[in-house]
Amino acid sequence: MKVPVSITVNGRRHEHEVEPRLLLVHFIRVLAEQTGTKIGCDTSQCGACTVLIDGVAAKSCTTLAVQADGAEVTTIEGLADGEQLHPLQESFWNKHGLQCGFCTPGMILAAHELLRTNASPSEAEIRHGLEGNLCRCTGYQNIVRAVQDAAGAAADRK
Amino acid sequence: MSTRIFGSGIRRREDPRLITGSATYTADIRLPGMAHAAMLRSSHAHARITRIDTSAAAAAPGVVAVYTGTDTEGALQPMPCAWLLPDAGLKIAPYPCIAKDVVRYTGDIVAVVVAERLHQAHDAVELIEVDYEPLPAVTDPEQAAGADAPQLHAKDLNGDAIEGNQAFHWTVAGGDVDAAFAAAEADGVVIKERILQQRLIPNAMETRGAVAQYNRASGELTLWNTTQNPHIVRFLCSVVTGVPEDKLRVIAPEVGGGFGSKIAAYPADFVTVFCSKMLGRPIRWTETRSENYQATTHGRDHVQDVELAATKDGKITGLRCTVRAGMGAYLSTAAPGIPTILHGLMLSGCYDIPALKEDVYGVYTNGVPVEAYRGAGRPEATFMLERLIDMLAHKLDLDPADVRRRNFIPKFDNGHEVVTTLNYDSGDYPGALAKLLEHTGYQALREKQKAGPANGRYLGLGLSSYVEICGLGPSQVAGAIGFQGGLWESAIVRVHPTGKVHVFIGASPHGQGEETTFAQIVASEIGVDAGDVKIVHGDTDATPMGWGTYGSRTTAVGGAALAVAVRKIRDKAKVLAAHLLEASVEDMEYEDGRFFVKGSPDKAKTIQDVALMANVAWDLPEGMEAGLEASTFYDPPNFVFPYGAHLAVVEVDAATGHVELTGYTALDDCGPQINPVIVEGQVHGGVVQGIGQALWEGAAYDESGQLVTGSLLDYALPRADGLPPIDVISTVTPSPHHPLGVKGIGEAGTIASTAAVYNAVMDALRPLGVTRVDMPFTPERVWRAIQEAKGS
Repeated sequence: MKVPVSITVNGRRHEHEVEPRLLLVHFIRVLAEQTGTKIGCDTSQCGACTVLIDGVAAKSCTTLAVQADGAEVTTIEGLADGEQLHPLQESFWNKHGLQCGFCTPGMILAAHELLRTNASPSEAEIRHGLEGNLCRCTGYQNIVRAVQDAAGAAADRK
Repeated sequence: MSTRIFGSGIRRREDPRLITGSATYTADIRLPGMAHAAMLRSSHAHARITRIDTSAAAAAPGVVAVYTGTDTEGALQPMPCAWLLPDAGLKIAPYPCIAKDVVRYTGDIVAVVVAERLHQAHDAVELIEVDYEPLPAVTDPEQAAGADAPQLHAKDLNGDAIEGNQAFHWTVAGGDVDAAFAAAEADGVVIKERILQQRLIPNAMETRGAVAQYNRASGELTLWNTTQNPHIVRFLCSVVTGVPEDKLRVIAPEVGGGFGSKIAAYPADFVTVFCSKMLGRPIRWTETRSENYQATTHGRDHVQDVELAATKDGKITGLRCTVRAGMGAYLSTAAPGIPTILHGLMLSGCYDIPALKEDVYGVYTNGVPVEAYRGAGRPEATFMLERLIDMLAHKLDLDPADVRRRNFIPKFDNGHEVVTTLNYDSGDYPGALAKLLEHTGYQALREKQKAGPANGRYLGLGLSSYVEICGLGPSQVAGAIGFQGGLWESAIVRVHPTGKVHVFIGASPHGQGEETTFAQIVASEIGVDAGDVKIVHGDTDATPMGWGTYGSRTTAVGGAALAVAVRKIRDKAKVLAAHLLEASVEDMEYEDGRFFVKGSPDKAKTIQDVALMANVAWDLPEGMEAGLEASTFYDPPNFVFPYGAHLAVVEVDAATGHVELTGYTALDDCGPQINPVIVEGQVHGGVVQGIGQALWEGAAYDESGQLVTGSLLDYALPRADGLPPIDVISTVTPSPHHPLGVKGIGEAGTIASTAAVYNAVMDALRPLGVTRVDMPFTPERVWRAIQEAKGS
């Protein structure tokens, strides 16, 4: 049995008949052809697949495509305003908040959620807020700096 | 452009594509007509296959083909081992790409399904029926070496018997170690310890994968692969699949971390190639994370019995150890060299140790093959030594820093031979420790510790002084130690008519940022803007041969190749500039991208002027070839030896066993830093990986050989919220033999930090009478150790 769904990804509407078990991350990567969203695990631990659903961050590997029917999804490809990078993208670049880049799309969108709900987080709040996203390269330190930078917090605040 | 670009923390050139989601990793590649492969891996750690029925899978929706070991036998050669350790009785067991008769670990491939859609391939894998006759399994290296252990392999590739699961027995010795121990027994100190270096799972955030596209008309194969070394993969893929090297192109697209786990060649990649050849279609295979745990190489897995001999005033006189190194079910590509060459030769560390002997037994077990994992042998050596030194300090009631000072090799700047015959390049180990202690206020921390625990929390300090061997290495040495390849690197520098530059390198960075640091090298040598330099890597059809990115060698060896090549460009440009200025070459000066006659800096030819004339070739000196291009194959005269000293500060809650890492300072000396921001990032990441081993990480198998830590739910990776800020400082000691003086920094953090954290926790637990805890320091383990110490 297939179910019709209509999901807008980065401003473009995609209508498909999908199996109910189809995960949103596969809808995004295969049917919407937006491969910036990554799959890093199969147990919802790593957060590489984090996207915004109607502006709220969610792990798209733990969301069924049918659950996002009618929703507006923003992935890393849709974050910048044309050629103008989003402040979080700028901060990750400026503060060397990435190395291999694989966790970065999810990390940036998780940081987006953090700042949406807490505009001026402390370092501890940033670290707590990002604990659902794994990075193996950076040791998180420059990711924390990048989020502090984006939040306008003092870079050396402790 | 100022030459100060060397040493500047400019933003990375890699990042725009990575922060916008426009980078292409292997799993993002989609080709016309592409089908998907999924592997059926063994459900048993050790079993005989008695029957395989693939009929239901073959009939499932979307399935294109199902293949088993019967199909690949003969078509795919056994997986090669490429580090043929000499004088060690090496026994290489046959390693088929698909297991046909016996499975030896839960990652062994039993069958592959190809389907139109990925989910159809995964669904059909579930429909394959396999009858297994289970055999007893063993995953602990010490047990596997025991008399009654199940035997994994009857014979090696040469038909010689493999006995006691022993893959090799390697020895390193120097000085009179027996005399040292006899003297210490009589009138000194002997420290003994058993150290378990637990099995670790590398966890690059991108899992492994491959896309194979075989063209039946031309016989050409393109393989996109998540690899740290595409040229080595091309060579090994050619050996296994029979596609000749000239018809084989290997591309490492964006690669999401490796940490050693993407060095090896893997059966699944070549099975993907096989499927593409059989079907004449592009095939993509992408590992799931659970499959990554099951089948992508692990690290460490040593059981070490170590002894240290010393005088009563804390001078080390000898080191003796026996290591049982779990190799897993088969020998992975570089595996035999990791617990031996990269471990045993570094055993004397940064200390003047006159005698040592080590026996390393490589042991087959029913686990995932063990390979290089960040640090690769050197963390296991550093840990051994740093732990023993702390134990010696405690035994003699000396400060651990003091014992280190009593044993350091004195400062040297152009070579120092150690007992294992390595010739370290340059170092100031006492200076590094002194700076670290001063910077961290070590004495004040010790005073604070003397005041006793506060609210049941015990303060602990842990030092780790290390030196590592990097920049692998002289090819002649590679041959002598059995490495089946060279270890030089190559670079081609091409300056275009507009003065923009293409650099083609054989190394294959995958997150380390060399697209930026290498552009900085070019910019600093010929005065172009770093933004005008494009670094091309990771494609065997586009780049000259190179041996890959591992062992902290990309900047140390590849960077040297690039520096030599770009200096050739500068030399040629100088000759051409002299010709254009109608001056003699001897009178020419070069500064910041401008060539001019001495005393007349206003009348100069820029590198761009020269590039244009070299390329149009209207007016060249007699005999000069057109173009402005140079290539180099750089074979280093020696390894490089970065070093440093780290301090970890912990508080242990005696009531709960919880360890909190409250501070961490890393002092590293990797020579001159091309981009200090990138260096700092490498240290952060490396340190946290080592902290992970000490506090959280460990792969575990049950008695039947099933991987209990089979997913990210069960294996504890460091997260953002359990870590203090890492304080990163440095000293700068150039390597005397490197064109830029640089060493390497990729692995330093991991090599030092596990021992620092371990020593800190044991230092905190000392007043509670705890003398030994196996890593990782989970609260339960620490709490139990405290209770046991109370009871005894």
